[in-house]
Amino acid sequence: MGRKILVALVVLGGLLMPNAAIAQPSAGGAAKLRVAVPQQIDSLNPFLGYSLAATDLFRLIYPTLTTYSPQDFSATPELAERWETSPDKLTWTFHIRPGVQWTDGQPVTARDAAYTYDRMMHDPAAATANGNFVENFESVSAPDDGTLVIRTKTPQSTMLAIDAPIVPEHVWSKVDDVAGFANDRMPVVGSGPFELTEYEPEQYAMLRANPRFWRGPPKVSELQFVQFKNTDASVQALRKGEVDVAQKLTPAQFDALADEPDVEQVKGQGRRFFEMLINPGAANSAGAPIGTGHPALRDVRVRRAIDQAINKQALVDRVLNGYGQVGGGYLPPIFDDYHWTPPQPRGFDPAAANAQLDAAGYRRGPDGIRRTPQGEPLNLGFMLHASTSADAQVGEFVKRWLADVGIAVELEPVSDNQVNDRTTAGDFDLAISGWSANPDPDYVLRLQTCGSRPSPEGGGTPDSFLCDQQYDDLYARQLGEFDPAKRIDLVKQAQRRFYDQATASVLYYQNSLEAHRSDRYSGFTTQPAAEGVITGQQGYWGYYGAQPTPAAMNSQDTDYGTVAWVLVGIVVIAGVVILLVVRHRRATVDERE
Amino acid sequence: MADSTAEAEDRAEHVPSGHVRSGGGWPGYIARKLGGGLVSVFLVAVLGFFLFRVLPGDPVRTMTRGAPVSAEQIEQLRQRFGLDQPLWKQFLDFLGALLRGDLGTSYTYSRPVAELIAERFWPTVLLVGTATVLAVVLGLWIGTRAAWRHGGGFDKASTSIALTLWSVPTFWLGLIVLMVFGVGVGPIPGLFPVGGMSSPDTPAELIPQVLDVARHLVLPSLTMVAVIYAQYLMVMRSSLLEEMGADYLTTARAKGLREDLVRRRHAVPNALLPTVTLIFLHLGLVVGGAITVETVYSWPGLGLLTFEALRVPDLPLLQGTFIVLAGSVIVMNVVADLLYRVLDPRVRAA
Repeated sequence: MGRKILVALVVLGGLLMPNAAIAQPSAGGAAKLRVAVPQQIDSLNPFLGYSLAATDLFRLIYPTLTTYSPQDFSATPELAERWETSPDKLTWTFHIRPGVQWTDGQPVTARDAAYTYDRMMHDPAAATANGNFVENFESVSAPDDGTLVIRTKTPQSTMLAIDAPIVPEHVWSKVDDVAGFANDRMPVVGSGPFELTEYEPEQYAMLRANPRFWRGPPKVSELQFVQFKNTDASVQALRKGEVDVAQKLTPAQFDALADEPDVEQVKGQGRRFFEMLINPGAANSAGAPIGTGHPALRDVRVRRAIDQAINKQALVDRVLNGYGQVGGGYLPPIFDDYHWTPPQPRGFDPAAANAQLDAAGYRRGPDGIRRTPQGEPLNLGFMLHASTSADAQVGEFVKRWLADVGIAVELEPVSDNQVNDRTTAGDFDLAISGWSANPDPDYVLRLQTCGSRPSPEGGGTPDSFLCDQQYDDLYARQLGEFDPAKRIDLVKQAQRRFYDQATASVLYYQNSLEAHRSDRYSGFTTQPAAEGVITGQQGYWGYYGAQPTPAAMNSQDTDYGTVAWVLVGIVVIAGVVILLVVRHRRATVDERE
Repeated sequence: MADSTAEAEDRAEHVPSGHVRSGGGWPGYIARKLGGGLVSVFLVAVLGFFLFRVLPGDPVRTMTRGAPVSAEQIEQLRQRFGLDQPLWKQFLDFLGALLRGDLGTSYTYSRPVAELIAERFWPTVLLVGTATVLAVVLGLWIGTRAAWRHGGGFDKASTSIALTLWSVPTFWLGLIVLMVFGVGVGPIPGLFPVGGMSSPDTPAELIPQVLDVARHLVLPSLTMVAVIYAQYLMVMRSSLLEEMGADYLTTARAKGLREDLVRRRHAVPNALLPTVTLIFLHLGLVVGGAITVETVYSWPGLGLLTFEALRVPDLPLLQGTFIVLAGSVIVMNVVADLLYRVLDPRVRAA
């Protein structure tokens, strides 16, 4: 028995020793910024990759025509220094910044941009991730290296928000099959502040500072994106100092980091709004009714009463632990210019909701549940994402509040896919939805237009099935409006109309919760400047601005020499132990059989 | 000519039957088992194809994820993935491609499914293999001792610990292990990395690379061992208990053999029989069982790939992982059958 304990001790020692050795610091090293990424990088090919992790990476390695300012998301020159439009607003001329180089030394010209957009227009595979940006393009050309001319089919105010990475023509013109091209030959030729040098799928991506970057090289010499499938593990990695930035934290994880000495919490405004759809009588793009929405919900008075019966402040306090803001207008407050707050909000008021339903003729039955004038009880289904805990909590609260005004709610937690399918088919009464808005509001505003309703074949991306002439007019006018102040006004009017129609109740905007190691880095540029975020920006500012502390400059490297010696030591000890055991066995061999 | 064949048949009939085992020859046995395995693999492929088409959801909508794409773009995507074809045509194409080893193209990664699975296969084999070897060694060792002195303190303590760990939720156990040994609690320092399979800044030489992977392997395999060793322990314990009353052990003792030799040389080899086949049966299942551990520790294996594919859902990828996971169960079943015949003379005689 004693022998076995000895063996066990040696094995245990062997496991621990190399790790103790690995913890030994060694001098030297450059500033490495390590970011925990909770989502997969689906593709390194900028024409195909769409996941947030992938687009985050593309923003760092490829140029775009314009970018969003870190202060307030306004369109800012990037590869294009300046631009002008023709009087009919159909021709856009961009002047490309001279002297910008690809990481292989070739100049970045207007021809590269023209090539990129042209490929997206004509090669369906190249349109996979960003095809919507070029949908309205008539033609793209580069009369010379410094000039890019884009003609659009109709006037489009979103031309300064073409968020598609521009690729080098001399590399990509050799790629015949975009759909089958992995773009994983390192280093990847780009022109952003960082250059991609190493990539292990599902594990990490390594980038080094680009010394040729036109704005000047970043202060961080190396940037690593490390995959964590589980944010609990990324929080632990941050605590331990294995990563410098952790993102997408839950309120509980965020709170748990409050007392950590070398960790700074970042509570940013989120880009997402969280809404409850109220089916106003879904119809397809041909106007034919579809789905199974409750007839009472076609009455705008019922929809408004439902909105009024919900205590949004309680949802923010209880579901988000206070990390969020009460919902009102359609666009989240992070986009300051476009965010609209209802001047007379329908605050939480069950008595008023009850009175309104009474006045509209929805009388309570003997069971306390209201009836439509035709006598149908107001039993509503509420579809939730079964995979999201916030949905379950919201569901329980809403069920209770609506019961107070005589509306029975049955919760229906289903898979994410089913939520998508059933909302598209109009098969719901109430449903949870939510979108991440872009700095340019066009994308989410479009979701509420008649044109977004599903085609008779079932395609399309509807949201709340609002189909309202007045809203559509406002939407079309803002898209064609080039005066920023006037466009903002039209966007706000559209939001007001959406709020009046109450086809959805915007419940809250949740904060984006992050944390970083304050002992190693400071000076992250947040976007927007006030209450902004570091990760998932519309730009490269967060990582570009990161300032390493002296501690980060003297990063610890693993001392593999020591590790190897310890390993040799273990092998020697193990050998000696085996030898002793064998000799012991030989000595007792006579005792056997 | 006709005569000579008849003669040959005659001779064949007169081969002394003592050389042929009554249960059929090895070639016949192997052919039967392999044939059965192939039929199962085919059924799995058929099932995989139709099962994932029953799942609610329009694949093209999944691919475009609600992005505002035009009708032409949707049509092109349908064509690219063959979704515009009737179901039976899609099925025939799928079978044809499968025979060529082509599992289709993943929607999410825009890459061949076979390539994605090949990339993730070895990390899972490494994790599951290490954990299984450790769990088997630990389970057999403790199980033997528990049975030999059954009813005693060691028996009670070891079986209750094993059964407790077996019934604990893997995800929770994984997080506890991660916090204690990855981050450190109180006097225990954080010794091991909390996630991934390798660190990005490891030198390219072999020794640092191996050490780095070994360090990352410790916590996930420890978690897996803790969960799965109980089954080996229990099987070993019960099969050894069955052997313990046997006459040959009394004979061995009567020869004056020391107690631990009686156990090691006589009882354990006989009791090992059911355990060995169990190990192979479990090996097939355990690849799928690694999903939770891989998710907790961000281990880039097949389990994690399956989990991601399910969330999207990515039909070709799901189909591919399903075939590979189910296929590995079938292969291990065949191996277990063959092995059992080698190990147990009674099966040969039957």
